[in-house]
Amino acid sequence: MRKAFNKELLKIAKKDPRIFMILADIGYGEIEEFAETFPDRFINCGVAEQNMTGVACGVAMEGNIAVTYSIANFPTLRCLEQIRNDVCYHDANVKIVIIGGGMAYGELGISHHSTEDITIMRALPNMVVLAPCDKAETVALTDAMMAYDGPVYFRCGYKGEPDLHSGPVKVKIGGSLRLRDGKDATVFFAGTVGINARKAVEELAKEGIECRLVSLYSVKPVDKQAILRAAKETGGIVVLEEHNICGGVGSAVAEVLMDEGAGAVPFKRLAMPDVNATKVGCQAWMRDQYGLGVKDVIAAVREIVKNRRRSSK
Amino acid sequence: MNDEQLKTCRELAKKVRIHCLKMVHKGKSGHIGSMLSMADILPVLYTQILNTAPASPKKPDRDRFILSKGHGGAALLATLAELGFFPLSWLDEYYCDNGKLSGHISHHIPGVEFSTGSLGHGLPVACGMAMAAKQAGKKHRIFCLVSDGDLDEGSSWEAVMLAAQHHWDNLVMLVDYNRLQALGKSRDIIDLESLKEKLEIFNWAVREADGHDQNAIFEVLRDLPLCNGKPSAVIFHTVKGKGVSFMENNYKWHYGGLTDELLAKAIKEVEAAK
Repeated sequence: MRKAFNKELLKIAKKDPRIFMILADIGYGEIEEFAETFPDRFINCGVAEQNMTGVACGVAMEGNIAVTYSIANFPTLRCLEQIRNDVCYHDANVKIVIIGGGMAYGELGISHHSTEDITIMRALPNMVVLAPCDKAETVALTDAMMAYDGPVYFRCGYKGEPDLHSGPVKVKIGGSLRLRDGKDATVFFAGTVGINARKAVEELAKEGIECRLVSLYSVKPVDKQAILRAAKETGGIVVLEEHNICGGVGSAVAEVLMDEGAGAVPFKRLAMPDVNATKVGCQAWMRDQYGLGVKDVIAAVREIVKNRRRSSK
Repeated sequence: MNDEQLKTCRELAKKVRIHCLKMVHKGKSGHIGSMLSMADILPVLYTQILNTAPASPKKPDRDRFILSKGHGGAALLATLAELGFFPLSWLDEYYCDNGKLSGHISHHIPGVEFSTGSLGHGLPVACGMAMAAKQAGKKHRIFCLVSDGDLDEGSSWEAVMLAAQHHWDNLVMLVDYNRLQALGKSRDIIDLESLKEKLEIFNWAVREADGHDQNAIFEVLRDLPLCNGKPSAVIFHTVKGKGVSFMENNYKWHYGGLTDELLAKAIKEVEAAK
């Protein structure tokens, strides 16, 4: 996915001279072509994310579009106040791109797990939060992000993630994509963990449970209508995210349901428990360990469907 | 500066000091010491050095000025109001419910280039503006006024290193070096000495001046950059609370506490000054 992002960014930057890339010594093997093609629009600030973000803001204040790019929490939590006070308060045209959302860098340990980022980024006024699930969404959302005038947080995956979409997709900020329809429940997800959601709904279909499957790639603003339709039309909602359970995608969905008077719908969040992930393993293994596995989605949907059948008897 | 220019600067400094005292008193706010510390620098900057225009505060070729020590923002607001960037009456609404002016400066006010309040933010943003100006071949300059406390922040030094690395000689850092910070003397908290040598070692061109001698302020800023190919730093030796005897060099005046009686005494002193 990071390759898809960098390729698309380069393509856009060839047409738009306002685009700058502001780095903090991360991006080996990916950013070189941008640096070589646009040396005057590229800067490596050294290992200094606060400065990277401040510089990006200053560049953007002059009518440009600045992209910061780094691993996991480095361009977000390390420089959170620069994002809040400088970028968001000034509504500066800065795009904050992380590589390795969730536990993509599983074995590296919690310093490299981005598992509170969505909560924190979506709490910032003026910030848009995007989380593509595969290469097709990455390309389309990169276009949407660069066309949007204002701060965006882009939670990219790492590399080698499977495709969930079979070809190019159309997206918009505030939108969502339905990958499959069903009447028994809806499984929402955001980001690359969506692969587990898809496997789960395929398994559930074999036992006669038909799920709607929706990528909530735009976590903020979130697609309210898609959420409310899911509640009304499918009668049950499961939200899967590779993130701490406090305040992430599941919370965003729950907020809509409660605010809009649809809170009675059976609902389950599948997110990481509010603990530090001390286990060591690859992303897929870690997902299973922390309640984000295929079996967890299946169990959550089955529970909703079972309870509904019991109560309707 | 000729006599006329100097007179303009002196009178403006006096007005800025009186505005700040009244604003802080009315709003029951703090940071008066920090405002008075730079009250001689801002008038020289805004009337003699910066290319700015009160009628068109966003004109593209303006020199950018970022006040990184945003807590002293009332001094900048008073300067801008006196020069006509916005009505003087706005100063009466400082730090008040539904007032136009907050305790730390906001870019929503005409003439304020960038909002600050948390230290260590100004210089990185100024670096970004310097980079963008260089890339676009523009000739305007970027000034950033920092405090002792600003230079405790790691982000300031990240920016110091980057600016020198890229030879941004369109960037000028002004240091309001009053050697006091929130809880005492900088020397006893984080000693920045020798600041000049430190910045020189970091490849900046550095000069020092008396930050209350407006002729000296003008002389040191009239020919910039100080050295082609290097960012410029001017260390202004200043006195926190300058102009009010009971405030000078007393870090207590980083905070509030300006009573009616003390306000009258302070204004009397400022008005009596030459």
